[in-house]
Amino acid sequence: MGLGVFALLIVGEKIRMTGTAGAALAFDMIGMTFPDGTEALRDVSFSVDRGEFVTIVGPSGCGKSTLLKIASGLLENTAGAVKVDRERLGYVFQDATLLPWRTVTGNVELFAELHDIPKAERRQLAQKSIELVGLSGFEDHYPKSLSGGMRMRASLARTLTLKPPVFLFDEPFGAVDEITREHLNDETQRLFVSEGFAGLFITHSISEAVFMSTRVLVMSARPGQIVAEYDIPFDYPRHPDLRFDPDFAKLSGEISHALRGGHS
Amino acid sequence: MTATDDTSTRDSADKGGADKNSADQAALAGIVGGTSAATVKQSMNRGDSRGKNFAATVVPPMMLGGVFLAGWYFVSYVLLEEKRRFLLRPPHEVIRLGFLEWDTFSDILSALWSSTKVAIIGLVIAIIIGFFFATIMSQAKVVERAVFPFMVALQAIPILAIVPLISFWFGTGQFSRVVVCVIIALFPVIVNTLFGLQSAEKGMHDLFTLHHAGRVTRLRKLMFPAAMPAIFAGLRISAGLSVIGAIVGDFFFGKGDVGIGQLLRRYANQLDGEELLAAVIMSSVLGIAVFLLFGWIQNVAIGRWHSER
Repeated sequence: MGLGVFALLIVGEKIRMTGTAGAALAFDMIGMTFPDGTEALRDVSFSVDRGEFVTIVGPSGCGKSTLLKIASGLLENTAGAVKVDRERLGYVFQDATLLPWRTVTGNVELFAELHDIPKAERRQLAQKSIELVGLSGFEDHYPKSLSGGMRMRASLARTLTLKPPVFLFDEPFGAVDEITREHLNDETQRLFVSEGFAGLFITHSISEAVFMSTRVLVMSARPGQIVAEYDIPFDYPRHPDLRFDPDFAKLSGEISHALRGGHS
Repeated sequence: MTATDDTSTRDSADKGGADKNSADQAALAGIVGGTSAATVKQSMNRGDSRGKNFAATVVPPMMLGGVFLAGWYFVSYVLLEEKRRFLLRPPHEVIRLGFLEWDTFSDILSALWSSTKVAIIGLVIAIIIGFFFATIMSQAKVVERAVFPFMVALQAIPILAIVPLISFWFGTGQFSRVVVCVIIALFPVIVNTLFGLQSAEKGMHDLFTLHHAGRVTRLRKLMFPAAMPAIFAGLRISAGLSVIGAIVGDFFFGKGDVGIGQLLRRYANQLDGEELLAAVIMSSVLGIAVFLLFGWIQNVAIGRWHSER
């Protein structure tokens, strides 16, 4: 596979719009200026369809997380418009944010509980999600006795109970060690393939971005703007050894270059 | 011995299983320490470290207790002449007249029980009022701002200063004793409960916001569970204060059941040194019991998920 097929679009002000009409999640010229005058985001436009896994990479503090907060409605954008169904929006935070007084099962059931799903049904949903993330056998454990990676799995399982058509990930694997992170990347990719949601993932790990995504967007430092866009052509399911593929390395290198600000 | 040697020894030890491992370590320690006796002693320590720990926690306080008793005897028998010995009776006299004399000891116990009841009622009322105010304060910042200065003011009034006022308003019966307990126990309940209710992380609140949880759901499923450790910390303090309140109130209020405060006063007036000391010791036992009881309740209620550091 030659690198020529990689569509590399350098985009400044104008962003390629992929059929916004039918997209599960669409940002249209989003701008965000905080009350203290900090401009976090400027003219961010892109969309994510079902079956797409889009990752935004960018330097710390560039407003990546702000974008997800806007998508979910936790923050109100000051310019532009978001199109997304917030009723069953999956949103995985940087921290696992498990309730320490609930067991794994109790935590995984929380969302279904908040959506008034009957007890028997949510028990079943939780059971299935726990199996899906590989936490079987830890149902009755409290968060304090779980490792960082396992807590993240529980957090994923909790979101999976909603069967969300749109899945937002805010640097969820930033705090776990390299090996665990690769495992979790592998499993997230598997979930994406089996559930077919529209995924929007935030990270500053380029290898994580390339490994899981169908598309990688590069965001500039504050105010955050999309400065480059890369289609990732590898077939799913992707094997962990893909990371050592020369094409993978080449693509990662280009993204890294774009991230540092040089587009030449 | 060079660094390389050191590593290779450890490497082989790792491969060779536990026995070889410890043998190698022993050898290393022998070389480093110069004697093999040190190594033997070390491994023995590891063997009965549990018994060792127990001894380490029990022996020092027992020794201090022994020193304390010796000091007590010294004051009673050496520093005080016989006719002034009533000021501090020797320990065995306290035990004989205060604890083994059933008439006296049953007086102390029933007074203690009377004060305990007052303390429990006062604590329960303080908890109800405290939860109520803390919950409202957690829901509306304006209420918190309005109420808090008065809570601090209430807390700042020395309880002894307010006792005459309470007897003036409510008389000197059981009710006044309970009022003292409520006043003294209320503040820690409110402050700790409020602090606890506000302690849930922002991310957790975001979860509830994302899923459109209402106020009551948020309180019930997030804020109150998150507040439990702080609430129990407050209860432990309040329970202790409530016992003190019951004794202080009883000390000044003459009507109603005789509590431990009245008894202390009577013994002091009659110069019954032994009985007085016995009553003091039993008051302290009550305080310790309350403290342990609430520690136990806390452990049962939230020990599974919360560990104190």
